[in-house]
Amino acid sequence: MGVWIAALLTLCIYSFLYKDNPFYKFAEHLFVGVAMGYSAVLTYRDGFVPYVWRYLKAGFTGEPEKLLIIVPTIIGILFFMRFIPRLSWLVRYPIAFSLGLGTGIALPLGIQANIYQQMYGTLSPFGALGKLSPFQIFNAVLMVIGVLSTLTYFFFSAEHRGGIRWVSRLGIIFLMIGFGSAFGNTVMGRIAILIGRMRFLLSDWLHLVR
Amino acid sequence: MRQRIPLLICFICGMTMAIQFFIPHQYSQALYEEAVNWLRVIAVFGFVIGLGTLLGIHTRRIRRGGSNAFYSGVLIAGLVGMVIAWLADMKEERFFDWLFYNVQTPLDSTMFSLLAFFIVSAAYRAFRARTLEATLLLVAAILVMIGNIPIGNNIWDWLKLKVGFLPEGLPVKVKDWILFNPNMASRRAIYLGVGLGGVAQSLKIILGIERSHFGGGEE
Amino acid sequence: MKIRWFIYILVALAVAVPILAKIYFPVKRVSDSTRMVYDYIDKLPEGSVVIFSFDYGPSTAPELQPVAEALLRHCFERNIKAIGIALWPTGKLLGQKAFELVGEEMGKRYGEDYVYLGYRAGFSTVMLQMGEKIGKVFDMDYKKRPISQFPLMRRVKNYKDIDLLVDLAAGDSVEAWITYAYTKFDQKLAAAVTMVIVSQLYPYIQAQQLVGVIPGMLGAAEYEKLIDRPGFGMLGLSIQSIAHVLVILLVVIGNVEFFLARRRR
Repeated sequence: MGVWIAALLTLCIYSFLYKDNPFYKFAEHLFVGVAMGYSAVLTYRDGFVPYVWRYLKAGFTGEPEKLLIIVPTIIGILFFMRFIPRLSWLVRYPIAFSLGLGTGIALPLGIQANIYQQMYGTLSPFGALGKLSPFQIFNAVLMVIGVLSTLTYFFFSAEHRGGIRWVSRLGIIFLMIGFGSAFGNTVMGRIAILIGRMRFLLSDWLHLVR
Repeated sequence: MRQRIPLLICFICGMTMAIQFFIPHQYSQALYEEAVNWLRVIAVFGFVIGLGTLLGIHTRRIRRGGSNAFYSGVLIAGLVGMVIAWLADMKEERFFDWLFYNVQTPLDSTMFSLLAFFIVSAAYRAFRARTLEATLLLVAAILVMIGNIPIGNNIWDWLKLKVGFLPEGLPVKVKDWILFNPNMASRRAIYLGVGLGGVAQSLKIILGIERSHFGGGEE
Repeated sequence: MKIRWFIYILVALAVAVPILAKIYFPVKRVSDSTRMVYDYIDKLPEGSVVIFSFDYGPSTAPELQPVAEALLRHCFERNIKAIGIALWPTGKLLGQKAFELVGEEMGKRYGEDYVYLGYRAGFSTVMLQMGEKIGKVFDMDYKKRPISQFPLMRRVKNYKDIDLLVDLAAGDSVEAWITYAYTKFDQKLAAAVTMVIVSQLYPYIQAQQLVGVIPGMLGAAEYEKLIDRPGFGMLGLSIQSIAHVLVILLVVIGNVEFFLARRRR
């Protein structure tokens, strides 16, 4: 029965290819509801229970240091104030804590990962030029040219005139090649999902293929 | 006051955690561990906002009536159904897993598989070599696609047999070269830009220059 | 009939006919990025520990589930221990399926050779806390059994005891793992991602933040070839060939029409 339900829901979604219709709308809304229900259960079972409930239980049964969890719990509960118009300003407190802590932790790590490490990657081949083949040296030079010209394209504080305009145009060329290669890969990614569904319909549902 | 205290909290938390990164002392480490504990607890409750907003919108639609009320009812029925399925068998979760495999999985997969049709249709209708840039995009896409599929490599091997002097496995080598060189260069530039932008935005949030996340209202 | 419906029918046929006709094109060559991951795992000594993070959903399962199974088969063949986690809610059951299927197929013992820990909410906080102590986040496995009862988990405390972390991803979790696990804790990382996002990860490979990237269904087929165990990846890639030929033909026809129309004007 599960296979039939899955197959019928699949066909409801595919009916959108003809045009928008009640079957598609039904399936679309059902998807959103079921997905949110799934996330809600998992957030409770694998978020609230291990991080809050078990800590509180342990705190009240022999590990009093774990009762400190009450503080972030109260801060988190303030999120519920969003639904009481008179008290909705209290939502700013959990937002302040989560944004402040999250941004503070991520800031030095982000600089390291996205700036220093990427700059290292761009320049590191030039530290070992003697060990590289001519083709690898060409690629390293091409990479530096690509990075600098693309960055120039995104630099809007100076007008793109004269030399900057030509460097910026070179950057666009690198960007177009990048987007083209992304498109080429995306085609495969999207068709892969379709293959999965077709296989389900032809094999698991209609038994036309073993 | 209603905005000043949260801004101050954001500043203190942000600066503390940013500075903590550079202090290897055990108390600094203990502070970091407790901060991460707090963050995960607060994040769990953050889910409530999304769930509550969704329920609010759709219950209002049901109360208003009209053509969309039925679909909002379907959405809420799906949500409640999943929760009840879990509650009915919390130990083995058979009904919950069944709904995941037979309802959520096919809907999720099929919704995204529609994109396969749209991407092919868009490729036919919009992918035109109008300018140099568009031509480069087109050529790069085709070279990557040919390099990805075995049939592209098989045709090349057949050509090599006929012609003889062609390099071995060229489609895959060309694809790899495009991805590891010009594509990587442009992506790296984007990441450097995003990284710098991210740093600027983070500092603006910590210093209270950026306040849109706190909403409007009384100071 | 509108032209787009005709294209939709062609796409459906381009996928359905190869499935029905069981068309197969052998994979002869392997991309550099897939080989990097394979070589790294192949060089790990016996008894090493690899963590798999299932950060994808059912929509990308046709691409990433075959990769997960191929990677697990490779690890178990080399007597490498495997631990599974999920940071996406929808990844939980998909990871469970992969571990149960391959673990049983390869005759491995749960608790000694592999453990599946399930899903935990928190995403980046999970990544950070695994650096101090995995048991702080994953105190129980997916069947709610305390991890202290498993010999494998008794010797794996945090990232220092993990030789490689493979992120199977459909979203931005790879960047998060790089930011939190690699940058802060020097954890070695590899990724297996859907084709849609693979091209944006090459800067990380070159900067040595990732040991390699397995690209979706293509990577699944290549990995199956490398471990000599054909599966859905190879089958899927053969079907992809026909669909890709269709796309290339349509692009060429579209451009020919465009240039002819321009000429007429």
